[in-house]
Amino acid sequence: MTDLSMPQSQSQTRTQSAAGKIALRWLLYVLLGLFALYYLMPLFVMVTTSLKSLEEIRTGSLISLPREVSFDAWKTAWSGACTGIQCEGLRPYFWNSVLIAVPAVAISTLLGALNGYVVAQWRFKGANIIFSLMLFGCFIPFQVVLLPMARLLGMMGIAGTIPGLIFVHVIYGLGFTTLFFRNYYVTIPAELTKAARVDGAGFLRIFWSIFLPLSLPIVVVTVIWQFTQIWNDFLFGVSFSQAGTQPVTVALNNIVNSTTGVKEYNVDMAAAIIAGLPTLLVYVVAGKYFIRGLTAGSVKG
Amino acid sequence: MAPILDINNLYKNYGATEILKDINISIEPGDFLVLVGPSGCGKSTLLNCIAGLEEITGGTLSIGGNDMTHVSPKDRDIAMVFQSYALYPTMTVAKNITFGMKVRGVDQATQDAKLKEVASLLQIEPLLNRRPSQLSGGQRQRVAMGRALVRDPKLFLFDEPLSNLDAKLRVEMRTEIKKLHQTLDASIVYVTHDQIEAMTLATKIVVLKGGVVQQIGTPAEIYNNPANLFVADFMGSPAMNLIPAQATRNGSGTQIAIARDQGETLLLNDARDLSLPQDVILGLRPEDIAEAGFRAGDGVQEAACMVDMVEPAGADTYVVSELGGKQVTARLHAETSAQAGKMLNLAFDMSKVSYFAKETGERLN
Repeated sequence: MTDLSMPQSQSQTRTQSAAGKIALRWLLYVLLGLFALYYLMPLFVMVTTSLKSLEEIRTGSLISLPREVSFDAWKTAWSGACTGIQCEGLRPYFWNSVLIAVPAVAISTLLGALNGYVVAQWRFKGANIIFSLMLFGCFIPFQVVLLPMARLLGMMGIAGTIPGLIFVHVIYGLGFTTLFFRNYYVTIPAELTKAARVDGAGFLRIFWSIFLPLSLPIVVVTVIWQFTQIWNDFLFGVSFSQAGTQPVTVALNNIVNSTTGVKEYNVDMAAAIIAGLPTLLVYVVAGKYFIRGLTAGSVKG
Repeated sequence: MAPILDINNLYKNYGATEILKDINISIEPGDFLVLVGPSGCGKSTLLNCIAGLEEITGGTLSIGGNDMTHVSPKDRDIAMVFQSYALYPTMTVAKNITFGMKVRGVDQATQDAKLKEVASLLQIEPLLNRRPSQLSGGQRQRVAMGRALVRDPKLFLFDEPLSNLDAKLRVEMRTEIKKLHQTLDASIVYVTHDQIEAMTLATKIVVLKGGVVQQIGTPAEIYNNPANLFVADFMGSPAMNLIPAQATRNGSGTQIAIARDQGETLLLNDARDLSLPQDVILGLRPEDIAEAGFRAGDGVQEAACMVDMVEPAGADTYVVSELGGKQVTARLHAETSAQAGKMLNLAFDMSKVSYFAKETGERLN
């Protein structure tokens, strides 16, 4: 009896629960869609505004599409907008940022890899203390170090220069890059290092031939992290630069804040997008590896 | 001939903790030395010290007649096989094997020839272009051995190389390692916690406990004449029966009395001329207790014992009986008539008995 009656009631509950599931699924999608819209709204406003003329901005609504698409604002932002007394647009500062970010990312990643390799695989007396201190460096607010760093840069004779900014970013990136690489390398069995030592390989050879080839996921994570940090940095950029060496974030601020007379919203928006584009690009290109690297656990022999 | 490996008064401390205490070991070329002991006894540390991967705190160490106490691993002319195989994950099998030669700057032709030789010896030619992650455990093990063999070193070091393999593969690889040792006539130091591996492979065994050498000897010496209770208990499976007993002088021999919970005291005579204290621990291997009538010899004495348990194991049947408050195991032939709960006449081979001091655990005879 029970055997006979069971399938019916079961199928009933199944259809009920199936319908419920679909409803839930749709609710979820709608909610997610709303969230996505909410997050995309500012970008939408920025992009549309940057494509409108000043006239249209003044008369139209904030969220309406441009009646007439014009790239004039982008041109101005790139090469004509005024930052204070100069009117060269973002271009020179954009290149400053590239010149700062690329070497700083490369150097801090490489040094972080070396540090992580030493702390994780060549345990020496006090290795833990040194690692803890480096970790501590991650949590020091940047404002605290502005004055001592300014003094140090002055003493080194690289105050207000691009190498000076590279130096600052490398120093303050080391805590994070070391942490990333240390946590990655600590999952690699110590026997690997031992085997290589018996095989006759030295400190750098082991790093170069065995550890670096294993490190692609964590290198990607570190590069994305460091690039985002350094490219988006404003505080160090504004504190340790002078006219001609300012990064794009500082220039953006100057463009937006130094307009006299009519505020050119379309130029501001275009400039902001240009300044943010490289980090966006890095995420799009390497985002896949970013997730993979963050979740990368043990390395299988 | 000079010893291939000579360790003198070696000490190793981590901070205030003594890991290895006064180790003295010396082996001849062609020896297969097995370091055996429970986990945490310092055997792997000792191997790492021999390899130079750990600095030693005191003493000296020489390999092939050269003092290597403070020499770096790469200059010790050794090769090592690790428990986790430690293959380089991003390199192919061939590159794994030739990495050491590449580092040393050996020319390409020699590298290729050596690789070919080792690959055919270990039958891993089809695997040469694969990555370690594409290999099974047994194949990785072979590659790890290949990496060691290609070096042609004075001394091979094996750190529990078989413990990551399943039981069947372990036995196969054990045989292969033994075969390799015989064909290459290599000198090997081998660490294991598995006493069967130790017995089957070694020409010389070192039993370690708590960083102290308990006994050094051939497998037969270790098995038949364990130096103390620890060695007696550790080596052999099932373990040696260790029974508390009373010894009294009886003419030229000794009378041994073993108390029993049920029934009268078991009295056995050892005809050997021994001077024993009264309280002793009697050690007798399970195979030295047989069913009456199946064992002959001068020292054999029979006595009826209550059978508590019968455990057929195929080739043998193990019979457990209570003697002196201990569960005593006897190894009987497969077709024994023994039944649990019944009396059985057992034959004790008293000529094989080891005696240990009750307090110190040291061997007395």
